[in-house]
Amino acid sequence: MGYDVKFITKNFGKYDPMSIDSYLSIGGFAALKRAMAMDGEDIASLIAEAKVKGRGGAAYDMGRKWSQSRAVKAPHKLVICNADEGETCTFKDRELIKNDPFNLIEAITICGYTVNAQDGYIYLREEYRHLRPLLLNAIKQAEEHNLLGYNIQNTGFNFHIHLYSGAGAYVCGEGTALIRSIEGKAGRPRKKPPFMKVSGLFALPTCVNNVESFSIVPHLLMDEAREYVSYGSGESLGTKLVSLGGNVRRPGVYEIPFGTTVRDIIYELGQGIPGGQSLRLIQFGGASGKISDGRILDTPYTYDDLKAAGVTVGSGSILVIDNRTSVLDFLRMTQDFFSEESCGQCTPCREGNLHIKLILEKMARGEATQADIRDMKKIATIMSISSLCGLGESAQNALLSAMKIFPKIFEIGGAA
Amino acid sequence: MADTQETKKPEMVHLKINNIPVEVPAGTMVLAAAKQIGIDIPHLCFHPDQEIKAKCRICSVEVKGSRKLSAACTTVVWEGMEVFTDTQLVRDTQVGILQLIMADHDKDCLTCPRNHRCELQELCARFNIQIPHVPDVTKKRTTENTNPAIVRNPSKCIKCGRCFRVCKDVQGVEALTFAGRSDNLIVTTPYNLPLEKTDCTLCGQCSLVCPTAAIVEKDDTQVVLDALQDPEKHVIVQVAPAVRVALGDAFGYEGGAIVTGQMVTALKMLGFDKVFDTNFSADLTIMEEGSELLHRIQNGGKMPMLTSCSPGWINFIEKHYPNLLPHLSTAKSPMSMFGAIAKTYYAKHSGVPVKNIFTVAIMPCTAKKYEAARPEMGRDGMRDVDAVLTTREFIKLIHYVGLSFKDLPNSEFDSPLGVGSGAGAIFGATGGVMEAALRTVYEKVTGKEAKPLEFNDVRGFQGVKEATYDLGVRKVKVAVCHTLRNARKMMDKLEKGECDYDFIEIMACPGGCIGGGGQPYDTTNEIRKKRIASLYEIDKSLPYRKSHENPDIITLYKDFLGEPLSDTSHHLLHTTYHQVHKLYEFK
Repeated sequence: MGYDVKFITKNFGKYDPMSIDSYLSIGGFAALKRAMAMDGEDIASLIAEAKVKGRGGAAYDMGRKWSQSRAVKAPHKLVICNADEGETCTFKDRELIKNDPFNLIEAITICGYTVNAQDGYIYLREEYRHLRPLLLNAIKQAEEHNLLGYNIQNTGFNFHIHLYSGAGAYVCGEGTALIRSIEGKAGRPRKKPPFMKVSGLFALPTCVNNVESFSIVPHLLMDEAREYVSYGSGESLGTKLVSLGGNVRRPGVYEIPFGTTVRDIIYELGQGIPGGQSLRLIQFGGASGKISDGRILDTPYTYDDLKAAGVTVGSGSILVIDNRTSVLDFLRMTQDFFSEESCGQCTPCREGNLHIKLILEKMARGEATQADIRDMKKIATIMSISSLCGLGESAQNALLSAMKIFPKIFEIGGAA
Repeated sequence: MADTQETKKPEMVHLKINNIPVEVPAGTMVLAAAKQIGIDIPHLCFHPDQEIKAKCRICSVEVKGSRKLSAACTTVVWEGMEVFTDTQLVRDTQVGILQLIMADHDKDCLTCPRNHRCELQELCARFNIQIPHVPDVTKKRTTENTNPAIVRNPSKCIKCGRCFRVCKDVQGVEALTFAGRSDNLIVTTPYNLPLEKTDCTLCGQCSLVCPTAAIVEKDDTQVVLDALQDPEKHVIVQVAPAVRVALGDAFGYEGGAIVTGQMVTALKMLGFDKVFDTNFSADLTIMEEGSELLHRIQNGGKMPMLTSCSPGWINFIEKHYPNLLPHLSTAKSPMSMFGAIAKTYYAKHSGVPVKNIFTVAIMPCTAKKYEAARPEMGRDGMRDVDAVLTTREFIKLIHYVGLSFKDLPNSEFDSPLGVGSGAGAIFGATGGVMEAALRTVYEKVTGKEAKPLEFNDVRGFQGVKEATYDLGVRKVKVAVCHTLRNARKMMDKLEKGECDYDFIEIMACPGGCIGGGGQPYDTTNEIRKKRIASLYEIDKSLPYRKSHENPDIITLYKDFLGEPLSDTSHHLLHTTYHQVHKLYEFK
């Protein structure tokens, strides 16, 4: 079994992303046609059987999500494609949109059919505005070919896709902040319930999925050879796009079968750390992800194995940091990110990020006391268990995991 | 067919809180369930009359099986749920959050307007915070103190969002909102303008719900204390009808307690030379406003006529619906009528030189401070009402002079401006002005007393009420609404020509004046309803229940005003309105 497989990315380079004819020539939209001949519940089951989990970061069972969304009865329902991809060192969605926009449009439409929605929204992060023409073209051409819009392929199914650009806030990747952003409000998360599947965008039932999650679906529907489920094992079937970055020779997006070891990803696909430097730490899943050190290298990249090793898949990013950056500097950089990106609504996240930033700076100046470290851990814990949304909850993942992996750094008098 | 009689008994849910079994209706939040067994889970952003915000997170508790803590204000109970409110983790979290809030809060408690009456301070006392564990990071922000009614001190803001919610959801004004993010998040006005230059009406509902001193009324207590000590000054005070059913809240009485007699004693002990009743001038308002209504009906005046006694409402219409100003009754509010009468009739009657008379008004309202400062409300460069104190400031004065309020005996209002009818008393409740007017107008037109005297259709807490009454010669269709959100709906209808009413009563605050922005802290809708009930009780207990039967009013017209809408009346008791792009600037 190779390290770099082509299942989700199988269309990359095979067609002209500006041309629907080119996409049709490689079998594009066959999955939509097949889907529209199926019962929605069977589509959701197909996804559930392949154990596809949400690829945005939360890893929620996608088949279950679609099935639950289907079960909500309402005259007007929505689908949202979350293309906010704000996690640091995460760029797989960009590659999917750039190389395979029609597959995404097809997938969103299949989702609309499955959950009985009439409208789909793509929430594209502001930094990806250069991809807007590509998506707008794909939407337009799909409409012209009656593969989107009214009465698609004479099935009576109406579905429209709208493209919406964010304004640059990381927190808008959080579902409830995302919908507020589309509604024209300030992008601040709200409490749940109500849950999105019941009351989401414009207070309509809404099914939100990540770009990568969507992109799997058309391939899965056409996967008669059951190739996808032949990869991986247990709860981690199929393949995964990882965004490999940081101090590696060959950073980039790689599609790996679940179960590939972290070592193979970094040292084979990424060809290792350049310049004779050594590995300091690895952060998994973006700025909100946890970190580990070289001890994790032989862990297979699966949901369960990573969890057992103290980290998570998250957004699917792998950030490699070599010995030129200290753990403390890494944490300060991560903290700066969250101190900038917290929406500020809830106390733990608004005030906690500020104080942890101050203590980390104190550490860097060599002025921190053991009491400061204790307070920092306390605040980080409070943030992770009592914040309003996932941002505050996960903002201190890096710090709390660093405290476990590198305890000496947090002993005053120890090596910084 | 909706029949409330047939609503099913709510399904009950059983849970355990700290191992104590609790039974509550399905849909109850953990916060309320805990309260039922006597556990007060700390909370700050939660307010019983507002949508749940779940932002302060200080109500975080443990729920068995949950990976994180749960905010008790927004967590619905379920069958078999197990909640723990006093574990080490919960305590660390609640105290930790409190410390984080404290660290970003101007802690000059000893000189704070809300010293001893601050929800944040109460929590710090409760958790016995002696050493701040988190370094102070308070950002010194400028206090906004440019209008006569409301002071904003953003350095004391804890970002709970209660002011934002009441301004948006209850008043529909949205003069306050959140801006910025992370630790730069602030509550501010559009373009950071001073309140008076925004859509704000100075209704003060924000100051009523704020848990700290981030938004307070402008404190005028010292002005009054100084006047009371000034031997030159003859200081007289009027008290609005809504104060006597709210004041007791601050002294350990049940919500809605009627404390008129003790209130008068307290004012006399404070040193006021005369203690008069705004109920008296409420009757005067009815005489003028009722006559104006009849005049408009008989002479084809601008209809429908709108009431004009709520200053928040006047500010609202001047800013938001200036084209509808001709609909407003020109009658001044009871407070301003009182001021005008005090500085003319009373001066003559008592022989005290006008320049020595200092009039104080105790009002349930912050916008009254603004009203009293309007140039129209005075003559010859002199204000008719020299100082307005909110009920909350009055409470401060009672504490200041060290009165044990509960032990005070009862006293009567002074004469000649101290008698009010039951009609004047109910001015403080939504629908009260309408009912008071109808009692008099009905009798004036039909020549007989309305039977029953109670106009129940215009009573009650619902946002908009309407009714039609047969005056024999003509039917009158009336409407009553409270809160500015409802006022806006009504004005939108009026603009579209969809209002076929003759007379509309509008009060800016929920429940009317009894729910005003200057009322005691912890005013909730439940308490508002009790205060309303108490006003109707006062009404029933009084010898005169119709404004035109008030003997002091009869004398006033006989000796001084002549008749309603006379030239003297017009000069003293009526006013004009104008479009406001921005309010007057005050130094």
